[in-house]
Amino acid sequence: MVKKIAGKLYISLIVLFLYAPILVLIVLSFNKSKSRNKWGGFTFEWYQSLFQNDDIMTALYTTLIIALLSAVIATIIGTAASIGMSSMKKVPRTIMMGITNIPMLNADIVTGISLMLLFVAVNYTLGFSSVLLAHITFNIPYVILSVMPRLKQTNRNTYEAALDLGASPMKAFFKVVFPDIMPGVISGFMLAFTMSLDDFIITHFTRGAAVNTLSTKIYAETRKGIKPEMYALSTLLFLSVLLLLIIINRRNDSINKKRSM
Amino acid sequence: MNNENPLRNEIVTQDKKAKKKNVPASAKNKTLLATPYGLWMAAFIIIPLILVLYYGLTDGNGNFTLDNLTLIANPINRKALWLSLKLSVISTVICLLLAYPLALILKSMKLKDNSFIVMIVILPMWMNFLLRTIAWQNILEKNGVINTILEALHLPALNIINTPTAIVLGMVYNFLPFMILPIYNTLAKIDDNVINAARDLGANGWVTFKRVIFPLSMPGVISGITMVFVPSLTTFAISTILGGSKIVLIGNVIEQQFQKLGNWNTGSGLSLVLMVFILVSMTAVAKYDKDSEGTNAW
Amino acid sequence: MKKKLSLIISLVLTCSLMLTGCGKNDNNGNSASNGGNSLYVYNWGEYIDPEVIDMFEEETGIKVIYNEFEQNEDMYAIIKAGAVNYDVVCPSDYMIEKMISEDMLQELNYDNIPNITNIDETYLKSAEGFDPGNKFSVPYCWGTVGILYNTTMVDEPITSWGALFDEKYSGDILMMDSVRDAYMIALTYLGYDLNSTDEAQIEEATELLKSQYPLVQAYVVDQVRDKMIGNEAAVGVIYSGEAIYTQRENPDLQYVVPEEGSNVWIDGWVIPKNAQNKENAEAWINFMCREDIALLNFEYITYSTPNKGARELIEDEDIKNSEIAFPDASILSRCKTYNYLGEEMDALYINKFNEVKY
Repeated sequence: MVKKIAGKLYISLIVLFLYAPILVLIVLSFNKSKSRNKWGGFTFEWYQSLFQNDDIMTALYTTLIIALLSAVIATIIGTAASIGMSSMKKVPRTIMMGITNIPMLNADIVTGISLMLLFVAVNYTLGFSSVLLAHITFNIPYVILSVMPRLKQTNRNTYEAALDLGASPMKAFFKVVFPDIMPGVISGFMLAFTMSLDDFIITHFTRGAAVNTLSTKIYAETRKGIKPEMYALSTLLFLSVLLLLIIINRRNDSINKKRSM
Repeated sequence: MNNENPLRNEIVTQDKKAKKKNVPASAKNKTLLATPYGLWMAAFIIIPLILVLYYGLTDGNGNFTLDNLTLIANPINRKALWLSLKLSVISTVICLLLAYPLALILKSMKLKDNSFIVMIVILPMWMNFLLRTIAWQNILEKNGVINTILEALHLPALNIINTPTAIVLGMVYNFLPFMILPIYNTLAKIDDNVINAARDLGANGWVTFKRVIFPLSMPGVISGITMVFVPSLTTFAISTILGGSKIVLIGNVIEQQFQKLGNWNTGSGLSLVLMVFILVSMTAVAKYDKDSEGTNAW
Repeated sequence: MKKKLSLIISLVLTCSLMLTGCGKNDNNGNSASNGGNSLYVYNWGEYIDPEVIDMFEEETGIKVIYNEFEQNEDMYAIIKAGAVNYDVVCPSDYMIEKMISEDMLQELNYDNIPNITNIDETYLKSAEGFDPGNKFSVPYCWGTVGILYNTTMVDEPITSWGALFDEKYSGDILMMDSVRDAYMIALTYLGYDLNSTDEAQIEEATELLKSQYPLVQAYVVDQVRDKMIGNEAAVGVIYSGEAIYTQRENPDLQYVVPEEGSNVWIDGWVIPKNAQNKENAEAWINFMCREDIALLNFEYITYSTPNKGARELIEDEDIKNSEIAFPDASILSRCKTYNYLGEEMDALYINKFNEVKY
């Protein structure tokens, strides 16, 4: 019992640590003053002006669509690659893992500039698609790093057993291996989505004209002070996902209860 | 070794008990799954890397030189590298110490839905990195949140903003999710029966942890260490915002070469050196991984 | 179960995409039409009244693709690599000089920029410091670098850069984290030229900055604004355009251009060599020089305008006569623009400044 309470306390502390700055940002989104160090009174003003701001809405749209597309593609390529690599011999596997780590080893700015040089060298017009390609590139390693540990743990015998029982490799894979590595795939997807959402530097160098994500907008704003609309937008984004999460969790609980009944 | 049947080796490394008949074919098919990624890597990782190599090994006129690499020996850069290594090792260790118990507790709660954990941990990252780091300033500053609370309680003020401590805190904050997720993922995968078996065989809690749980979670720990150590080592934004720019890390030096000087040659050269450092440390970690795999009696 | 969850997540994500998609107009997808009647503009972040862009499009029928950068050097990397063919760009003085020296800019055709007469002679003359003959650039905004101090935290009015080196204010000093600005302060305080290339002088300035290091609370650029507003420090270095804003938020703050002299900077419009719509670019520059447009921009961004017509139109007498926005000649006479000192000198300054931080 004591152990359980201590455990809960520990979780709460970590969650507090992770969410403290977010509370600050939420508070700032209601701050009348544009300065983050002065409380100018409570206001909803920024939430109103947010939706009238075409620039921000367009940037939000671009950001989400790039994040979603790059995460989906990276998850597919990355999961396939993990499975392929896990069947490889030690040497090629180690080489591929090593190369996988490179985008993570490079400072973002190096990755960004080298990708820009590549696109320019082959005369590829910078724009939406070049940003997407770049995001997929830096997202794949996150997927692989999430899926690989899970894959290392899966019990091959069940897969072989399925094959022996006459399942096609495809079917055996989707029925036996895939459910096993699913959590890794999900966290890989979520990580990829999130990294794409958060990236600034690589986007900056590969975006060309006419493409703006929230990050590039926020960085451009640092010189003159971040617009409180950005706090408001982040708050909305955060709260909607949180709400969604709670709903799903509730639903799962009720379904599970029904089942156990 | 090469003279032996390579397929057999493959099977052996994969699974000592695998059926000899159908595994080679399926293993080969499976290897094909890595092809799209292989092509992708060639186009978007290897070629850009060659560009970085080219810039790192030439001067502004395209002549070969090693000057960009040896620049790391300059006392300032050396010190920046050393400090970066120190701070990122500290942050990685702190992350590991914070994340592992958390993952254990979460596992013991036996949640039906892993995705919930994933979301809770990742959700903060949906707010922009820069915004969150700036928010830490609000928390840590002289007239910040923490000090206001401390003052109300008549406690002495906390002055860690613009110090290495604040930078470490920023690193831990930003990269902790990358440590929690892989460790939790591997822990959640461990069969409770294995743990119970160890208990039944007379192992106490600590021995079970040391001999069974920890070795089994090793792949996750390695992933976590990689994903925390590397970004900590190359960051420049955290040291600028929370360190008040009073502390120069190697990431700042490289960023300056690119952003302030527009000197891609030196910038690339220094990043190459940094990559070597990372590769060396990662190999050391991976070696440990291999060892544990060897002793791991599956 | 898990499958369901991921399904729900992806569904909701797509829905939110659709929703945001409905609200936006088709701003994307024009990257193909670089020819046509369009104009690619590359400017500092938050450095224009967004309405001005709409007005320009309406009046001229030219479609504007507007982009922002954060630092001169970012912009330089993009233009240099030829990644995007921008038609009109707004770099700072020393960067304009660097781009001229690297033959990256086109000469302007002033027949297409009749509104140039609105620009005060004084600034055109200052601009000759980096662009002799005003061949390549037209000033857009300008300002000085000075000290912002909190009157409740200092005993006497500050008039000298010396305050930044005064042990009295230890831990309450916010120093500029930009190499040239930091050295400008040290060199000017020591009585040297702010464009010094004399290694002995630079060394002396480095020693001065080193001795200042323990007193400094933080080296900042943009953060100075919020930190000064929040009473985090007693003295800080700031650009004049920001000073007006900080005073509005915190009336205890005072701005001064120190008696030893300082830097006056000018950001100007230029046309890169690889621009594809030069005439549209000149139409843009001409538009920016119109007094009512310059006024709109000034009111939005609060950085000083070199446009004398616009200054006449300012209604708020306090702002019109503000010493910060429009310092008188005696202050300006002790300020100088930066020159581009060449790659080697740039590297020396940066390395020396890194040395300071050890």
